[in-house]
This record gives sequence, structure tokens and C-alpha cells, in this order.
Amino acid sequence: MAIRIEHLNYIYGAGTAFEKHALRDINLDLPDGQFIGMIGHTGSGKSTLIQHLNGLLKGTSGAVYYNDKNIYEEGFEMKRLRSRVGLVFQYPEHQLFEADVFTDVCFGPKNLGLSKEETESRAYEALRLVGLKEKYYKVSPFELSGGQKRRVAIAGILAMNPEVLVLDEPTAGLDPKGRDDILDQVAKLHEEKKITVILVSHSMEDVARYVERIIVMNKGQVMFDDAPRKVFQHYKELEAIGLAAPQVTYLMHGLQERGWKVPADATTVEEAAGAIIEYLQKS
Amino acid sequence: MLRDITLGQYYPANSVLHKLDPRVKLAGTMVFIVSLFAFRSAEAYIGATLFLAAVIRISKVPLKFMLKGLKSIIFLMMLTVVFNLFLTRGTVVFRLGFLAVTEEGIETAVFMAIRLVYLIIGSSVMTLTTTPNDLTDGLEKAMRPLGKVRVPVHEIAMMMSIALRFIPILLEETDKIMKAQMARGADFESGGLIQKAKNMIPLLVPLFISAFRRANDLAMAMEARGYHGGEGRTKMKPLVYRGRDKIAYLLLLLYLVLMFLVNRIGFFAGLI
Repeated sequence: MAIRIEHLNYIYGAGTAFEKHALRDINLDLPDGQFIGMIGHTGSGKSTLIQHLNGLLKGTSGAVYYNDKNIYEEGFEMKRLRSRVGLVFQYPEHQLFEADVFTDVCFGPKNLGLSKEETESRAYEALRLVGLKEKYYKVSPFELSGGQKRRVAIAGILAMNPEVLVLDEPTAGLDPKGRDDILDQVAKLHEEKKITVILVSHSMEDVARYVERIIVMNKGQVMFDDAPRKVFQHYKELEAIGLAAPQVTYLMHGLQERGWKVPADATTVEEAAGAIIEYLQKS
Repeated sequence: MLRDITLGQYYPANSVLHKLDPRVKLAGTMVFIVSLFAFRSAEAYIGATLFLAAVIRISKVPLKFMLKGLKSIIFLMMLTVVFNLFLTRGTVVFRLGFLAVTEEGIETAVFMAIRLVYLIIGSSVMTLTTTPNDLTDGLEKAMRPLGKVRVPVHEIAMMMSIALRFIPILLEETDKIMKAQMARGADFESGGLIQKAKNMIPLLVPLFISAFRRANDLAMAMEARGYHGGEGRTKMKPLVYRGRDKIAYLLLLLYLVLMFLVNRIGFFAGLI
């Protein structure tokens, strides 16, 4: 049960004056249950790549396998794939349309042809999972705050019971608290439901503390694909492509340069603090 | 999918035609269209063909893009051809039941087809070599005299350029919304007419909301920067005729005169 991408290429506007090679020879293995961060600068191809995971875009060449089945093969049930691989886009405004929150969340499961009871129980479950208060269920989605809208958008996808949840910039436009709330909720979701989560972002800080694996995209190619602490060791290269390692990485490297014997691969503030205290106690 | 729709289909290239003042191109298109309809002889059409071929060559836009616009009028063209073919009176060539195909009919049908095709290609040359903004700028300036008779020229031009600017934005937005809803299992393709219309609701509601929000934001941004209509408004890049524009006007005049002569006294005599 996993997604496998082989030699995937994608060219926007092939044959026109505005041709753009957006993905170049992507090879990835996305096994079940992982919490993956996908990072890249604007235009690095990350949004294009995730749209291939549920077949919204079809690669110009190459293949995508879902549970070892080629999704580009004749007769593959694309609609089923879309319920298995849930993709939440960056702007919740692009998908909210119903008169109230609850009905909107029901849209996904209803499209799967489920019964009314099943649809509603799934919608309740999804709204509970994203931590939206019950008093908002019957409110128009357009009256909610940015963070709440985003929760409803995520719930709209979760209600389809996906095995893989892909979130495109779920924190864009949120204040720091809203950002942490959403990310904590997503992490909890990953724990609770044991689903694969792919978090797309351009901020290392955002993903570093949550994910177990980071895929760095640059100019349509996979640049790094490793555990966060390994990826952050390349912080100079990351800087060169307009990204940055978390601030603690810089702090720890700075301390090392001054002769402190601390490990430089801490990824979170807490971890770094622990390492520094340990060092100070020893010396 | 939606990306394939071209409306303001500007094709960037570095040609003299791209650099010409939009007013010249507007006038040129008009002259060309007038010449198509005013002169009706085989010689005149040869002249128009040569002119069009030369312009296309100069524009550096691949012919493929010129012909794209024809797709949309194929139906209209067939209709005109069929009507002209069967409904023109004259010397009968052959009969198809109660319908008679005449010599005159064939002639008119062929000329009409050529006219339509040239009309579309001719205006495509303009839209392919002029950015929508330049085009509205040109229109505004060319129509300025109408302002004296209380035609709100500036407002019309502003509305046009905003509308043109919004087309690609809204297309892109539609694309994104469609994808977001397809990710939730929405289906925009199957079903009967009523079902299809119903399926559009998840697309149209977010699109309208976003369009209104954008319009609101734009109005606010324009006011914040002191926009108060056309009065006393200056341009960052005012349209000024340069040498090449004057030459282009001369060439257009020459084309018109030549076409007139060619049409009157035959092709070769006209050239001499």
C-alpha cells in the first residue's frame, strides 16, 4: 500500500510559446504511514508534483503507481484514487461552496455514493478530527476565520477517509498561533488515524518539528530526500536555492564554530536546548 | 484543459509588427477588412493574399497560431458556404433535388469563405502581436474625439482593460477550483444536461465569490492610489507616433491605392 513515482516528467503548455518543464525525472517512494514534508521555493514544482499523486495532472512521461497499479492505465478508477489520496489545496475558498459547514463537508463522501447516514457520520468524525467546535457546524463557511476555513477544507477531504493526506501550504496566511494549531492538529491526526501525511510548505521551520522525512524540490527536481537532520546539514545548499534550515541549525553550527562540543543536527528548539544544557553541565 | 482556451492570445516575439503603435495596427486591420469587402475580383484577392502573407512573415508568429482562431468559425463558415452555394440564382451547374447549384453561387461561396478566413487571420495578426493593454490604450486614444459627444471613452477603455486582465485570472481560478472539487470526487463531465448544470454549482459559487472579492479589492486599491476617472489622467507611456509608424501608415495607404487600381483595371495593369 503505497505510492511510487517513476521517471515522471511534466511539461506545462507543451507546444506553445509558454512551454515550461515543471517536473524532471522524478523518482519517489511514498510508503504508508509516513509523515513527509515537501519543501521547495515558489515554482520549484512541488504543487505540480502533488497533483500527480491523485491523477489531477497526467505526467508527460513516466508513471505513478498506487498500490503497484499504474494509475495511467486504461480502466483505472480515477475517482476511487481521489478518495484514497486526499489533496487539500492551498486556498480553502476554492472548495467551500455550501450554505453551511456541515453540508460542505458532506460533499466529498456524498460524491462517493455513500448512504446519508454514512455520509453524515463521516462528516461528524472529520469535523471532530480537525478540532472545529460544534457551534460552527451550521454556520456559513464564508463567515469563518482563515484558520477555521482551513479546518473545514481539511475536514472536507478527511470525510472521504483517505489513506494519504496531502496538504498544500496549510499554514499560508495564518498567524503564528493559527499555524501551530493547524500543524498540531495534523500531527495528531497522523497519530490517530495512522495515515500517510504529506505536508507541502516553503518553510523549514514549519515542517521540521513534525515530519520524519523531508523531500526538497528545486527547479522541478528532487534535490534532497532524507531525514530532517540529514537534510539540514546541507543548509548552505538550501540557502543557495532560497530556502533555509531552521534557526536552531544556525545556532548550533555557530556554537560549534566557537568550539562548543554540541551536536549540530538538532532540528527543534527543545532538542537544541537539551543538547546545550547537557554540554554546559558537562563542562 | 482550460489552459488551452486563448482569448487575449498575445504571442511574444521581437518583430517590427509587435513594436508598431497599436493605433497603426487597428487602422491596418480596418483597412485590410475594408479591402476584403470593397474589392471583389480574383486579382484583388491575390493582392490581399500577398499582403497578408507579407504581414504574417514580418510578425514572426508561427502560422500555426494564426490558424488556431479559424477553429471557432468553422461552423459559421460551413453555413455561409452552404447557403451561398444553394441559394444564389443564376446559371445552373447541377441540381440536387429542389436545390440548384449555380455558377454565381459557387463564386460567392468561394469568395465568402476566403473573406471570412482572411478576416479572422487578419484580426488574429493584430491580437497576436499586440498585448491587450496596448490594444485598449490604442482604442482609447483613437476614440478620444468621441469624448466630445459625451461618450465615456476612458471608462469604456478602463473597463475593457480590466475585463481583459481578469480573463486569465478567472480562467486560472476556475482551473484551481475545478481541481479542488475534483479532489473531493466532483464530476464535471458525465451526466445529462440538468445533472451537468447542477454539477457546476460547486464550481460557480466559489468562482463568483472570488470574482466579487477581487472586484472589491481592485476598486479599493484603485481608490487608494487616487483613481478618480479619466479627467486629467496622464500616462506613464503615452502613445507617440514614431518613424516606423508613419512608414506603416504610408504602406497601408499604398496598399489601399494599389488594391483600388488592381480591382479597377486588372492585376498586371495595376502594378504598372
